Amino acid sequence: MSSFGFPLRGKGERQRIREERPAWEEPPSKIGSAAKAVVITVICAVMILPFLTVLSTSLASREEITASGGFVLFPSEPTLEAYRTVLSGGIVSRAVVVSVLITVVGTALSLLTTIALAYALSKRGVPGGKPILLMVLFTLLFAPGMVPMYVVVKELGLLDSYWSLILPVLINAFNLVVLRAFFMNIPEELYQAARIDGAGDWRILTRIVLPLSKGVVAVVGLFYAVTYWNAFFNAMLYLNDSGKWPIQLVLRTYVVQNKSMTADQLGIAHMPPQQSLSMAVVMLALLPILALFPFLQKYFTKGVLTGAIKG
Amino acid sequence: MRVTSPATRRRPQAASPPASVSKSTSKSPSGKPGQQLHKRPPLWVRLRDNWVMLALMAPGVLFFVGFFYVPMLGNVIAFQDYQPFIGFKESPLVGLANFQELFADPAFWEAVRNTLAFAALQLIFFFPAPLALALLINSLISPRIKKFVQSIVYLPHFISWVLVVALFQQVLGGAGLVSNYLRDNGLSALDVMSDPSTFPLLITGQVIWKDIGWGMIIYLAALANVDQSLYESAAVDGAGRWRRMWHVTLPAVRGVTIMLLVLRLGDVLSVGFEQFLLQRDAVGARASEVLDTYIYYHGVVYGDWGVGAAAGLVKGVIGALMIWGANKVAHAFGEHGVYSK
Repeated sequence: MSSFGFPLRGKGERQRIREERPAWEEPPSKIGSAAKAVVITVICAVMILPFLTVLSTSLASREEITASGGFVLFPSEPTLEAYRTVLSGGIVSRAVVVSVLITVVGTALSLLTTIALAYALSKRGVPGGKPILLMVLFTLLFAPGMVPMYVVVKELGLLDSYWSLILPVLINAFNLVVLRAFFMNIPEELYQAARIDGAGDWRILTRIVLPLSKGVVAVVGLFYAVTYWNAFFNAMLYLNDSGKWPIQLVLRTYVVQNKSMTADQLGIAHMPPQQSLSMAVVMLALLPILALFPFLQKYFTKGVLTGAIKG
Repeated sequence: MRVTSPATRRRPQAASPPASVSKSTSKSPSGKPGQQLHKRPPLWVRLRDNWVMLALMAPGVLFFVGFFYVPMLGNVIAFQDYQPFIGFKESPLVGLANFQELFADPAFWEAVRNTLAFAALQLIFFFPAPLALALLINSLISPRIKKFVQSIVYLPHFISWVLVVALFQQVLGGAGLVSNYLRDNGLSALDVMSDPSTFPLLITGQVIWKDIGWGMIIYLAALANVDQSLYESAAVDGAGRWRRMWHVTLPAVRGVTIMLLVLRLGDVLSVGFEQFLLQRDAVGARASEVLDTYIYYHGVVYGDWGVGAAAGLVKGVIGALMIWGANKVAHAFGEHGVYSK
């Protein structure tokens, strides 16, 4: 049974599977397991294929793209020309810088404020704690509406400011609930012991609570980072000045809407094929997610479940 | 754990145990509710003792007030002839005129119809998909393959809609991979991305592609918590693979499924805003206008603020009612739903 698209590793794995299969469960029929293997291979292929297409087209050379009429699944001579072009200054490079800045600053601020509020709400006896918690939970059920949101951002004078991408989404109530649930699960004795040793609230938070919750803080931080990196709609709504666009808006304009990038906008003299340029932009928008993903993976199931069950 | 500060700070809160408080009040003679030392300390003392906590809460509270509750009040512009230059304090009130205009607009009803149609499609095709995938993955024995498949199907959840649409274009668009392949083999190209008649299926397909893995997580967790001895005794009683699934596995995920269904129903009027906005140019407004895009175009793009806000308010209220109603139904079936009674 080595038809999962990649081979099972030798006898050891099979042996292990045999041992792990519960005694009462009969091994699947030949047809059954073959069908399962096919379905799973197809699902994986459908998930992976688009990424592969983009990656290989972004690496393909001019000749190959012209020869194949637009798409190359396996470029024979990969070249980084397209990346060099879009990153050599001009609108795409600027967008990458903007997105990185917003992601870094936004994530840091979001984490700070979310941790602070979640910690305070995880304590009993803080005056106003209960009504504030209810106030936060209510936001999970109802949304204020796009138009009033726009008006508020406008009246705060945030239009065309990078802050409009950070402040309106600073705290995510769901992330807050996840953190609060985690903080509440820290044994009360730890807090009491620290208090007896004379630690104040601030010291307890920084020396005891945070070191204990590195994992969940990492998940929440990564969720925030992904949100900021993916910010599209708010950028479109609040930023009119195309010089301030983050990468997702550039992606939309030059890839999804297929407006061509001119050599002028890119600040270069001659152009690689449009197709590989577009795909290079797609890859740039994708890379940070792909880079974060292995780390995300490790923690997020737990994070999500804490929120879903305790919330 | 090293705490270096001298132990001379204020007394810890926990030092006045609540039990003794209640005892002393119950013992104290009637009339005067013991206002002496150990009731709840007066407010200013509690504020002073908790100033660190209050300071920690302040930015968050400001955020929720400023970017949730103020915009919530800002919904008054649904009842106003809002003029951006004079702001919503000064704009004249017009009663329900905006709502009348909204309900008289055929485009609004078209958007409502589209929204409900897309929502129905998602309910039928997308909603059960994560459960099906979870059952499939759960039936795999090899932990390595399980992990491998999981990491692959989780990935698309983390990329933006812009990227999803761009990726789909590359594969299914008129100049995409599939079209290219068909052309090379002498068949006519197909452009799924700009065909209004297949747009609903495309949208549903994209949603499934992006979020099937994410939706699966919670089911997998529920499945992992099933008591294995239930399977064992079912097997001993002669239940085969399918009967075990029917009588043990599915009942185990019933609660989660109903909770997610309630949530989905509450969100039924939000079918995927960015997704529609991004593909509106390709397929036209008739096929792709949903409530959210209607609100965006009328409220923000065309500057018809009052009508846009009215549409948003209608949407929000119906959404809240749906959650409430769906929860009632869930309770009637003896399930928890999202919140308990």
